[in-house]
Amino acid sequence: MSIAKVLFVDDEVPFVEALSKRLAKRDLEIIPAYSGDEALKKLAEQTAIEVVILDVKMPGMDGIETLQKIKKKTPLVEVIMLTGHATVESAIDGMKLGAFDYLMKPCEIDVLVSKVSAAAAKKRSHEEKIMQARLKEITMRRA
Amino acid sequence: MLFDVILHKLLPPDLTRTPYYRSLLRNILLTIIIVSMIPMVVVSSTLYLQFRQSYREKVNDHLRELVQKHQQNIDNFLQERLTDIRLMAARNGHDRLKDESFLQRTLDLLQQEYGSVFVDLGVVNAEGNQEAYAGPFKLAKAHYGDADWFRTAVKTDFVISDVFLGLRGLPHFIVAVHSSASQPSWILRATIDFVAFSDLVNNIRIGRTGIAYILNREGKLQTSPGTRPMPADIPDPLLAKALWDSMSAGGDEVRIVLKANSSGQENIYAGAFLKNGDWLLIYQQSAEDAFADLDRSFFITTVIMTLGTAAVFLMAFALSRMIVIRTAKADEEKKLMGQKVVETGKLASIGELAAGVAHEINNPVAIMVEEAGWIGDLLEEKEFQDSKNLDEFKRALAQIQTQGRRCKDITFKLLSFARKTAAKEQDIQINYVIEELVALSAQRAKFSMVEVKTELAEGLPMVRVSISELQQVFLNLINNAIDAIGNKGGKLTLSTRAQNGFAVVDVTDTGSGIPAANLNRIFDPFFTTKAVGKGAGLGLSICYGIINKLGGRIEVASTVDVGTTFSVYIPAAEGD
Repeated sequence: MSIAKVLFVDDEVPFVEALSKRLAKRDLEIIPAYSGDEALKKLAEQTAIEVVILDVKMPGMDGIETLQKIKKKTPLVEVIMLTGHATVESAIDGMKLGAFDYLMKPCEIDVLVSKVSAAAAKKRSHEEKIMQARLKEITMRRA
Repeated sequence: MLFDVILHKLLPPDLTRTPYYRSLLRNILLTIIIVSMIPMVVVSSTLYLQFRQSYREKVNDHLRELVQKHQQNIDNFLQERLTDIRLMAARNGHDRLKDESFLQRTLDLLQQEYGSVFVDLGVVNAEGNQEAYAGPFKLAKAHYGDADWFRTAVKTDFVISDVFLGLRGLPHFIVAVHSSASQPSWILRATIDFVAFSDLVNNIRIGRTGIAYILNREGKLQTSPGTRPMPADIPDPLLAKALWDSMSAGGDEVRIVLKANSSGQENIYAGAFLKNGDWLLIYQQSAEDAFADLDRSFFITTVIMTLGTAAVFLMAFALSRMIVIRTAKADEEKKLMGQKVVETGKLASIGELAAGVAHEINNPVAIMVEEAGWIGDLLEEKEFQDSKNLDEFKRALAQIQTQGRRCKDITFKLLSFARKTAAKEQDIQINYVIEELVALSAQRAKFSMVEVKTELAEGLPMVRVSISELQQVFLNLINNAIDAIGNKGGKLTLSTRAQNGFAVVDVTDTGSGIPAANLNRIFDPFFTTKAVGKGAGLGLSICYGIINKLGGRIEVASTVDVGTTFSVYIPAAEGD
């Protein structure tokens, strides 16, 4: 059983591959995506995805735009922004748009894992609360 | 060349060494002199020549008129005397005039009428023997048969003779009338007083050297000099001949000739014929005297020209010197400004390059670090645990991680030097930032035995900045200052002031100073004088980038071994 199911979005293929292997070794299930569009598609296909690691600077649809679309379709999925230095400001903008956190490339693997865990935990607790609320509703209805 | 020597004296020595300024000076100098001198020379000489022309004409006209008037006077005089004698001869007749007492009475009558003009009277018969005589000389029985005048008179009935010494040994001339109506014919002759006649001519006097005289065909003087001494060259037969020749071209008109005499002095001669071309009345004056006014005006013109030329030269020298010195100064300023512009441009393009490089380097570095991390992960597997080089692998991987982090730091700094997107800005009072930073640096300063002082001015304009960026700028400057002071102790002063819409912060240290050669490069990325690993050489570049983005500037003044002042100019917030 993995810690979390993670969608990893970055246009740098070798970076995705290397980091995916390392994260997989740390018991994360990684689904790679190499563009914003691909990320949205995979997110739609695989509803079990809990956390998205999203590079801010990508050709085509950039991180911020992708983030907005993700949050619109699946608001409960947590997003961690991954950024180069020049884009720290946009990462901060991303936080305002509902991203869970941001990390700067290259990042310490342990820090990344702990952020992902925290994000997954947050998502689960959100889902838990929603579940509780639904259960309560159903119970109330029965009663 | 003298000119070059003057040029060398004119300019400060540092300018003289530059051929460009030398030739500039020469060109300006020559242009001014030529442009000023040509009109002056043209105008002055034209005016002078015109004036000379008209003045000479005026002098000539005057002389012509004078001589003409006297020509008429003298001709009239001679004509009248002749008429007198003719009248006398015709009225009295031969018989009465033969009587010496009657002749004496006639002479008295004439002398009464005309003063001493008539000296004596004589009646001469056809053979030339004087029959009767009245006058002061004992010439009663004189014989004139061989005299020129006698022969002329017999031929032409009347004569006015040239001046001659005659029997009496005194210069005189004779007016004689030949009465051929009665037979035998006889002649009444009168001697005209030479002095009285000469006075007619001697009255003509102008200037210092003006003198008039009469010459006969042989070039002999027909007048006495009077009170004014006769020029030495008169009578000079050659000159007289030449004058006579040149005058004869003019007929009865007055002719004016300019001629040098034997001693080389140039004279002006005005001449007119008398007595139907027998005599020549000449008025002579040295040209120098006649044209004295002209010479004076020439002198004045020359003086003015000389003074003008001197003034033009002085002005040309002063002006060209001033222009060249100003030009040199302007060139110097332009050169400095050019440096500044180049520097700004240089740093801007370096910034772009750095940002690009940083960006492109960052991803590969990230990948390398991740791959190294992956190897590290794999090394944890059991199969590698027994490898004898395991520790060495781990050490190498750690090194890759460390160096990757170093790359990250550098790219991070490069990017902040070149950052274009504005960080969050707010209006702040610069003094707060400085106070905060001084407190922050106090520990480090104390450690380096640096005494930190602040001189914060009141009422500074607000500035719109990102606080964190501004902190970065001043922290860099303070750290540099403390490094420059080293550990020998010193003073660091942070002062603020307002100037022309800028809030200015001066960071002054008493450190080692920056050598002039380095001063131009201190803002270049990766320029550092610190030991390897102590500084990347990006601090001031980042400061420059930040302040430049704000629209401000950083100025440096430094003296080696005395200290350095960085002045940071931050523009006041709009509407402040």
